[in-house]
Amino acid sequence: MGPAVREWEPPVTDEVIRTEGLTKVYPGDIRAVDGLDLSVGRGEIFGLLGPNGAGKTTTAGMLTTRVVPTSGTACVGGIDVVAHPVAAKQVIGVVPQTNTLDRSLSVYENLYFHGRFFGMSARTAKAQAQRRLEQFRLSDRAAQPVMALSGGMAQRLMVARAIMHRPATVFLDEPTAGLDPQSRLALWEVLGELHREGQTILLTTHYMEEADALCDRLAIIDHGRLLALGTPEELKASTGADTIVTVQTRPDDLDRLTQVLGREVPGAQQALRVDPHVVVQVRGADRIVPQVFAAAERAGIDITDVSVAEPSLETVFINLTGKDLRE
Amino acid sequence: MTTVPVEPGAELVPRRSPAAAARVAFGALLLRDLVVLRKTLKEFIPRTLLQPFLLVFVFTYVFPKIGQGVGGASGESEFSTILVAGVVALAIMFQGIQTVALPMVNEFGFTREIEDRVLAPLPIAMVAIQKAVWGSLASLLSALLVFPIAAVVPATPVHLDVSWPVLLTLTPLCCYMCGALGLFFGTRFDPRTVPLLFGIIVIPITFLGAIYYPWQALEPIRWLQILVLANPLVYMCEGFRAALTDSPHMSLWVVYPVLVAFSVLFTWQGIKGFTRRVVS
Repeated sequence: MGPAVREWEPPVTDEVIRTEGLTKVYPGDIRAVDGLDLSVGRGEIFGLLGPNGAGKTTTAGMLTTRVVPTSGTACVGGIDVVAHPVAAKQVIGVVPQTNTLDRSLSVYENLYFHGRFFGMSARTAKAQAQRRLEQFRLSDRAAQPVMALSGGMAQRLMVARAIMHRPATVFLDEPTAGLDPQSRLALWEVLGELHREGQTILLTTHYMEEADALCDRLAIIDHGRLLALGTPEELKASTGADTIVTVQTRPDDLDRLTQVLGREVPGAQQALRVDPHVVVQVRGADRIVPQVFAAAERAGIDITDVSVAEPSLETVFINLTGKDLRE
Repeated sequence: MTTVPVEPGAELVPRRSPAAAARVAFGALLLRDLVVLRKTLKEFIPRTLLQPFLLVFVFTYVFPKIGQGVGGASGESEFSTILVAGVVALAIMFQGIQTVALPMVNEFGFTREIEDRVLAPLPIAMVAIQKAVWGSLASLLSALLVFPIAAVVPATPVHLDVSWPVLLTLTPLCCYMCGALGLFFGTRFDPRTVPLLFGIIVIPITFLGAIYYPWQALEPIRWLQILVLANPLVYMCEGFRAALTDSPHMSLWVVYPVLVAFSVLFTWQGIKGFTRRVVS
């Protein structure tokens, strides 16, 4: 075998991922993804943020050839993934939600054979596997069976495997779900490192902190539809508020408190009932906590807890859907 | 072969044509299975040998020695000869099912390992066929291991009369058919129902598979003789009888086409089931 020859020339583009009107309807008229238009540029970390069941995994599934779209198009590196799945699979790496490591192979062999599946010579696969083991701090585990790895290590190995063949883009589906906080931070570091190397990454998550910390841009989706798109800063600025006050009271008083605070707190842009709280979005107000207490006092409502924070992606999501991301 | 390891950059465009990528991936998947087999050889060998050994040992060694020979005193030697073909055919079929169907049930079921395999750069149908091909290689290996047992263990002489052209064509065909059968079963059962695979499918197939008797001998029980024609093992046993012995056997004009037809059927249904399990 000589040097790699490109027998097949797809269009060259700096847009790594593109979907147009991407739709998946499951039997029973369940519209998991509904007319999604996305564009992800080279080197971006792009996030799909939404609650469970929003259609994130289905979207990732369609982009990675595992789910066949009902309509619309999905392209990776300019390759239509439905029309040319084998060409597309060469340029994508996938880290699925569950541990799909090969239990019959060792840690090292998982990487080595992945390289071979993707056409590396034995020598290249060996060198690359060793390099990735070092990069992901798994070298001392190389000979162990994958069953012996902790959750965090298994996740790192799956990321290492997904990038072994240097894909144009890596898809990570809820990469830190179920990881302990320390492993989550370790994985964020790994993803940051890949980002600095110029790796294009698409990740789905329902953790807003994760989306905020990692993503260059993100799409907020719910019920399969795109609700908002932008950088985390743009999205947070779009709320128009600079302070978010979360107030707790007795469940019976929630509705009344929502009205009172929306009306009487100076600078309040809106107040929303998000059980079991009232969330007040405020702009340009001083000494906000006493103002909230005073307003509640005047209406004869007892407040049991108040917290103040800057707007977050959570705020954006609440504004868009009227519900909490954690629901 | 000299290759220059290139430090690959992020591949925005595929390095190979789909056909070339698929060819390479297919070979690498076989290599992976071979490495796993080498690691589990300690399990593979006893698993492959024990059942045929016991079958041959009890029927053709113990029974004649204790005066309970099958086929009457004069028929003992004939029975050993008949059983050779059956034992080889059975070993092939068991191996096909054990090598392909059982791991696949787990990989679809709780480990979900299959999810990664189908992301390798080859068409999903080829990922399925690769499993059938691997099953056929393992079946071939088990046939090679088992044949000496069937020929040597019996207390009474085994009369071999090998027809090489038949043996060399029939063996790969039977091995492939059993690999495809394993693929078919592997996609149709899940971890909960897999005990049924043995309980209600493999056991009838083996008991009614013309292992212990030539198919023609069922003549007095006409309905059974017709019923067992649905059993692929019958054609394998009859074919091996033709290939290894001079015992009476079903016409090869029937054996070959039917085995080809079963191979096509199991491959087609196997690919269909496999695709349905991994693509939604």
